[in-house]
Amino acid sequence: MRFGRRRIALIALVLLLAAAPPVAVLVGQPFYVDLLRRVMIFAIAAVSLDLILGYGGMVSFGHAAYLGVGAYAVTILAVYGVNDGLLQWAVAIGAAMLLALAIGAISVRTSGIYFIMITLAFTQMLYYLGISLDVYGGDNGMRLPMRSQFGGLIDLGNGTQFYYLVLGLLVLVVLLVRRLAGSRFGMVIRAAKSNEARTRAIGLSPYRYRLAAFVIAGGICGLAGALLINHTAYLTPDIMHWTRSGDILFMVILGGIGSTVGPVFGALVLLVLENALSNWTEHWQIILGPLLVLVVLFARRGLASLLWRGEEDA
Amino acid sequence: MPEPLLEVRGLSKSFGALRATDEVLLDVLEGETHAIIGPNGAGKTTLISQLAGDLRPDAGRIRFAGEDITVLDAATRSRRGFARSFQITSVYRDFTALDNVALAVQAHAGHSFRFWRPARSDAELRAPARAVLEQVGLGARADVPAANLAHGEQRQLEIAMAIATRPRLLLLDEPVAGMGAEESQRMVRLLTGLKGRETMILVEHDMDAVFTLADRISVLVYGRIIATGTAAEIRANPEVRAAYLGED
Amino acid sequence: MNLQLVLEQVLNGAQLGVTLFLMAAGLTLIFGIMNLVNLAHGSFYMVGAYLAVTFYHWTGSLVLGVLLALPATMLVGVVIEVIALRTLYQRDHLDQVLATFGLILFFNELIAIVWGRVGLYTNLPDWLSGTVQFGEAFGYPLYRLVIIAVGVGVAAALWYLVARTRLGMLVRAGASNRTMVAALGVNIRLLYTLVFGFGAALAGLAGAMAAPIYSVQPGMGDPVLIQAFVVIAIGGIGSIRGALAGALIVGMVDTLGRAFLKPALATLISPPAAQSAGPALASMLIYLLMAAVLALRPEGLFPARGH
Repeated sequence: MRFGRRRIALIALVLLLAAAPPVAVLVGQPFYVDLLRRVMIFAIAAVSLDLILGYGGMVSFGHAAYLGVGAYAVTILAVYGVNDGLLQWAVAIGAAMLLALAIGAISVRTSGIYFIMITLAFTQMLYYLGISLDVYGGDNGMRLPMRSQFGGLIDLGNGTQFYYLVLGLLVLVVLLVRRLAGSRFGMVIRAAKSNEARTRAIGLSPYRYRLAAFVIAGGICGLAGALLINHTAYLTPDIMHWTRSGDILFMVILGGIGSTVGPVFGALVLLVLENALSNWTEHWQIILGPLLVLVVLFARRGLASLLWRGEEDA
Repeated sequence: MPEPLLEVRGLSKSFGALRATDEVLLDVLEGETHAIIGPNGAGKTTLISQLAGDLRPDAGRIRFAGEDITVLDAATRSRRGFARSFQITSVYRDFTALDNVALAVQAHAGHSFRFWRPARSDAELRAPARAVLEQVGLGARADVPAANLAHGEQRQLEIAMAIATRPRLLLLDEPVAGMGAEESQRMVRLLTGLKGRETMILVEHDMDAVFTLADRISVLVYGRIIATGTAAEIRANPEVRAAYLGED
Repeated sequence: MNLQLVLEQVLNGAQLGVTLFLMAAGLTLIFGIMNLVNLAHGSFYMVGAYLAVTFYHWTGSLVLGVLLALPATMLVGVVIEVIALRTLYQRDHLDQVLATFGLILFFNELIAIVWGRVGLYTNLPDWLSGTVQFGEAFGYPLYRLVIIAVGVGVAAALWYLVARTRLGMLVRAGASNRTMVAALGVNIRLLYTLVFGFGAALAGLAGAMAAPIYSVQPGMGDPVLIQAFVVIAIGGIGSIRGALAGALIVGMVDTLGRAFLKPALATLISPPAAQSAGPALASMLIYLLMAAVLALRPEGLFPARGH
């Protein structure tokens, strides 16, 4: 096992996150458990995006759609009395993967700006669909009837238990994506990003592998959606608003693309920043907006470039 | 004469009024090293693109090992046993030399929907890749990122990647392009070592390399093959002398 | 479902199409020539609307309001281009998308600070609020006809500009060979700034004309932007012709779909089911159309050559 700086960063991060709940209780600020849990859920979404963006070079502006599908799947099942967590979450992941397959089948054939526009458009489509589903809250949304149930195993109503579940899942996702990136499959994706003509010349057709990566990323994000709805307990179409896709993209960039751990840092920074700014002023977006522009113009390689030089190497 | 490994008939491609490829007729026999030469602007690049599968011809036919491959794309041709190297070096710059060749090996080792085992420690890929690197003389540079290799080494890497796919036909686009005297000689020695074992199409400007390596030469002028034959025949051909060698 | 209703919706579709064309034309020009994807294009639509309403209230004339809003929006565009976007021309599309996304947040909040979140209300001046009668049975709002006319006029002017003038030639040449055009002594920087400002002005025009009949509020431009993306995806990137074709198609499909899908569905399935499925499907229609077009022609219907 090579103990690179990235591994150390990951372990440090996990330890810090694991220590947060007891510390928060000690300091009398339980709100931070809530905030960090939200950070970790979005981190899962961001890591899944990093699979296709950082390693695959596919700039998807539509990732929030899968958050939405996951959330809606759980809610809709709950409305019909199906509350078994494992079943709900399996459906959430499966539905997200199906959607990713449908959207990907068309979008992955394109590239560059087309891909960006099309993924954005499809997310918008789902948002409108969500709005028009009055029976599931429509524009205003609805409360989640009951949290996902896991028998005696774990109680999602218990903030701390839920927190550690999310942390565990985050670690799993990070390790999974790292594994994928280093596998034969991952190498094809990365090769196609690095030099597409060369990839075809040696006999690999990028489309099928890219589509598979797109579907996997969608599925993981669907899981994040299932987690998110249990976290907020309130379903609204805003979950899949296209600006949410932009947020997730930014998390990946802030942390450093293609570094898997980076998006976790990115989620932490962005959400903590948003939280701090919104406490300060109601017009926080006017600060965040230009801040993001500055990050893109000047700190493009993200935080990762501060912690370790050069891009990823799985 | 046994059926040629590669058979090109009536290949034509026009860009507007410009006829870049004009009824090209070409036969490449198994085991031979066949060079394609021609003055600048003769249409070599366009011809190579069509042979490799990057460009669709307007008319004509390409048969490879008895199969019509005219409409197949580059990746499919590679899987049929067709390997190519690029004129302008096109390797994976952020990967090491070994990674580069291992990818070529991987591309021909069945499908790549393997999600778990790290490719970098997969002996099935790394061992053959290392062997090919040794074969082309890059054994010592296996762990160097391709971007850090010298120009000549990168061109050797191109050859390595082509060989690693265990092709039936090698299409080499100006392998010694941009190389100094010593590097060129090294490349020619490498290619000489492949002669007979591999079937090669060599597109080249460098006449020394061509006359050393080629069994037969085809001369391309204004998109047309005006002559095909051995080095001696080509040198003696008056049309060729006029169009090409006469300019020397 | 009678003829008047159909006619009315067709004209509505044309009017939406015109709005989308103005947006898409600017976007596609900017992308075709400068290779810049600008998510904040919707913000110019919004700025145009807000400025037009403000100037209208100051001057008392809608026409003056719109006319003043145009150069003002162009100015905003130019300022943004000079300050924030110049460095993005060399960057990849991801960077451009992210930076312009940041700009959207900025603009939406700026508008909210200056004009408030609730939105601006304005009504049409009397001379524009009438109806034009086509025969006895059919009448259509005058103002919407004006919008259509303006759109057609702009489309014609654009075609003339790009296809027939030296400036248009420069613009087309700049798209295919920047260094050559620069070598000819043309100031590429200035050209890009002007093209960007012009694109912003087109978006501002769309917003300004839409202000009296649609809701004017922060973020109003973003849904329109995404619709413009659909237009470009369908019509093909980089071509004005594609933008026009795509805009009309999208405008028609969206409008007619919203109007007639529910009743059409009700003839096939039960009315209560049509009640919920109809609007849902109608809102998804243009995206499904986009998917269908792209499945068959991934570059769109009329892509510019070289893209």
